[in-house]
Amino acid sequence: MIPAPFDYVRPGDLDGALKILSERQGEAKILSGGYSLLPLMKLRLAQPALLVDLRDITGLDAIVETDDELRIGAKATHRRIHENEIIARYPLLHDVSGGIGDPQVRNWGTIGGSVAHADPASDWPAALLAANAKIVCRGRNGERIVEARDFFLDTFTTAIEPTEVLTEIRFWRRPRGQGGAYTKLERRVGDFATAGVAAIIRLGDGGSIGFAGVGVTGVSDSPFAAVDAESALAGQRPNEDVFRAAAQAAADMSRPVSDVRGPVEYKRAMVAELTVRSLRKAVERALAYS
Amino acid sequence: MTLQHITVTVNGEAREADVEPRLLLVHLLRDVFGLTGTHIGCDTSNCGACTVHVNSQSAKSCTMLAVQADGAEIRTIEGMVAGADLHPLQQAFWDQHGLQCGFCTPGMIMQAAWLLDQNPQPSEEEIRAGISGNLCRCTGYVNIVKAIQQAAGTLSASASAPVSAAASTEGQAVSAEPVSAG
Repeated sequence: MIPAPFDYVRPGDLDGALKILSERQGEAKILSGGYSLLPLMKLRLAQPALLVDLRDITGLDAIVETDDELRIGAKATHRRIHENEIIARYPLLHDVSGGIGDPQVRNWGTIGGSVAHADPASDWPAALLAANAKIVCRGRNGERIVEARDFFLDTFTTAIEPTEVLTEIRFWRRPRGQGGAYTKLERRVGDFATAGVAAIIRLGDGGSIGFAGVGVTGVSDSPFAAVDAESALAGQRPNEDVFRAAAQAAADMSRPVSDVRGPVEYKRAMVAELTVRSLRKAVERALAYS
Repeated sequence: MTLQHITVTVNGEAREADVEPRLLLVHLLRDVFGLTGTHIGCDTSNCGACTVHVNSQSAKSCTMLAVQADGAEIRTIEGMVAGADLHPLQQAFWDQHGLQCGFCTPGMIMQAAWLLDQNPQPSEEEIRAGISGNLCRCTGYVNIVKAIQQAAGTLSASASAPVSAAASTEGQAVSAEPVSAG
């Protein structure tokens, strides 16, 4: 399968990329690892007139902690994130980065590419939603910071402008008493998730749940934050009954479609089960980091 | 649409080509350079038959544009032999009957070579995870895993042997961990 013809440029710096994106507004797509975009182009589901390859732009792949944030550059590959020593302390991100696609995909695919692509069954968006992450979009007039919960608008549709480059993802630094986990169901390695659930739990004083974040992927037009599940968890002491109630809320918020990965009822049931599993693991990890 | 001039090093040899931006790396290797050892299986980045190394990282060459590889060092299955000697992985696939039809084998060997670069003595579980992006429809993987285990043994033994020239080359390959993990 051969993509439709397109022009290709590889600017040497971000300003060069932003200039091209302004000049060719609406015609250009950004190329990072390519493992999401190229399959769509080969199927001719995407036919951009111009690809702007970020390959030669340096400084977009750092993984650093500031006083209150963990910042991951858009060009950081899944594999580098997974193997990073800072990320070893962020179990949700460690889970996600180690389970995307397969080893070859993780060698080349990037967090920024996945997030900007916004496939409704992709893994990173669930984690960003659960963690209340922020997404940094750079345009010619400077930087704009978009909350993850305002970013994923619809299937393959995000709040990023065609003239902007996604440069960085910002997470809150992990406080003591917080743990996260990502659990997904896939038919086989490398397939898109039938369903996936990311969870973050912060235990407050006395062991009750101070903060709960739940992100769900694969079972809606777009990954979504299961806010009803979060409400069911907040303030409660973590136990199986509470997890089950949250899981039911997450399943109720899901809008899956029947397809080769299973019928609607099955997918809802899987969202519930995956939610319980992620919550158990998140609480376990929160307790281990107290 | 403008042709792009690219330069790549394939199995140690510098090569150039003028390519359409939409040309896939696997087509550059097979159709332009005539290196047909790299196979096209599913053509949808699932099966891994087209796996090659680009700057020492395994990649599915059906999901990379030739222009993205401009300036890169590429290693294909044709670059695995040393003169008349099979690479230890090739020998091990032969010895362990790690193939039946052989279609997945070039990609499987390239992915296994990358895996052993990263992790010279992987467990069975690590081997299975390492080749999880490569599909084989014949063997059931058991003999492929055995072959990779045999090659891991051979390569580790030659890496720790002090003298032979071949061994020292392999030793460098094994220690060529990219410095990007920080």
